[in-house]
Amino acid sequence: MKYTKDHEWLRVEGDLVVVGITEHAATQLGDVVFVELPEVETMVAEGDEVCVIESVKAASDILAPIDGEIVAVNEALVDNPALVNEDPTGAAWFFKLRLDDMSVLDDFMDEDEYAELIG
Amino acid sequence: MSDPTGIELPSRLELHDLHVALGARMVPFAGYEMPVQYPAGVLKEHLHTRTAAGLFDVSHMGQVILKPKKSLADLALGFEELVPVDALDLPMGRQRYGMFTDANGGILDDLMFANRGDHLFVVVNAACKAADIAHMKANLAAVAEVIPVTNRALLALQGPLAEAALSRLVPGVAQMRFMDMAFLDWGGVELWVSRSGYTGEDGFEISLPNAHALAFAEALLHEPEVLPIGLGARDSLRLEAGLCLYGHDLDQSTTPVMGNLTWAISKARRAGGERSGGFPGAARILHELSSGPDRLRVGLRPEGRAPMRDGTELYMGSDRVGTVTSGGYGPSVGAPIAMGYVTAAHAKIGTRLEAELRGKRLPVTICPLPFHPTTYKR
Repeated sequence: MKYTKDHEWLRVEGDLVVVGITEHAATQLGDVVFVELPEVETMVAEGDEVCVIESVKAASDILAPIDGEIVAVNEALVDNPALVNEDPTGAAWFFKLRLDDMSVLDDFMDEDEYAELIG
Repeated sequence: MSDPTGIELPSRLELHDLHVALGARMVPFAGYEMPVQYPAGVLKEHLHTRTAAGLFDVSHMGQVILKPKKSLADLALGFEELVPVDALDLPMGRQRYGMFTDANGGILDDLMFANRGDHLFVVVNAACKAADIAHMKANLAAVAEVIPVTNRALLALQGPLAEAALSRLVPGVAQMRFMDMAFLDWGGVELWVSRSGYTGEDGFEISLPNAHALAFAEALLHEPEVLPIGLGARDSLRLEAGLCLYGHDLDQSTTPVMGNLTWAISKARRAGGERSGGFPGAARILHELSSGPDRLRVGLRPEGRAPMRDGTELYMGSDRVGTVTSGGYGPSVGAPIAMGYVTAAHAKIGTRLEAELRGKRLPVTICPLPFHPTTYKR
């Protein structure tokens, strides 16, 4: 698993990258009550706001960590936003990206580096 | 509270260490470090308050004693010059909701005041308390000594089991009804108790000396019904109850009539009343009472699942007709809820508007308040 400084996790699944938010991020957000997902088959660029998450406290965005094409989204989150708090690194993935070049993943933090970031 | 460098250091509550020990996340709010949530989280804290009892530390709020210089009636008449509410006929041991208005009829702050026999007791919002105290000192000098109470904590115990829990420590509370105010004893400590709150639930607000606040809070938390509740759930609870948050739903640009607080304007102070007018902004407020305001606070139900927060703009076709002033998710409603101001022409219950959210137009319907039925023990 790789991590971004925006508290997203990236997991390679065949030729796709699965994206979600870390347990740390889910805890900081508090109880999630609303998730808006992107359309599949959309091309996104690094830094694009692709999902909206609203907790009982505030709204925040999930940014595309890398350029790519969104090939799947987790509709289960729309019906049950609380999954984000219950299983942030498992059942609560947000979307799957197809990349041109998987080697860009090497630039992201590994688990130890991420653990250091969140102290 | 502010120094010349512009850096404001938040004050600490008397019970700061207790909140930290309970695992609270502390955030700056109105000049204080406040517990926004405990480990249970906002959702569970909210639902617990609706089904059992929640303990809130609201010691940041301003408690003020108004001691009459001549008589209580003389003070009440002086106080009536600041609020569109009947203070003269407020019975002893009773509390009333009111608001300080300005010369344009705008709201300076909303407040509770109680007749405590030989004086009035006023509770005001934390963010406004310095200004409120200055306002009272400037305007009540002839009739009252304005005494800020700085050595007492203020706790709220709210929820359907609040009476059961509190009456084990203080049996006298069971005899109180909604908006009663009483002096009660807890092992030699004088409690100032009112049966009121900010959640829509039955419950109590208890002022007591700082020196005893920790022991009392711990005794309440020891009761099986009681969990500590943070500011996050306090906000979602009051929103579901349709109660205003000053600075969001009320401010100097809104009058009590616009704010849908007409019920709080006493008959005696309205046109044809025994002491009609005589409060700041009376001309405008009385005019709005007879002719209607140009905009009105309403309840809003977004049709989808997306919460509509403070600042979200409301449209009827291409016309901007209003703005959300408080909004979020209502845990007991199980859906997003909001309050806001819309032009009078579009304020009718059932009117369908559109909210602009992240560049999209989403349907929202004007609905009655509160969103969740209140359970006050009248």
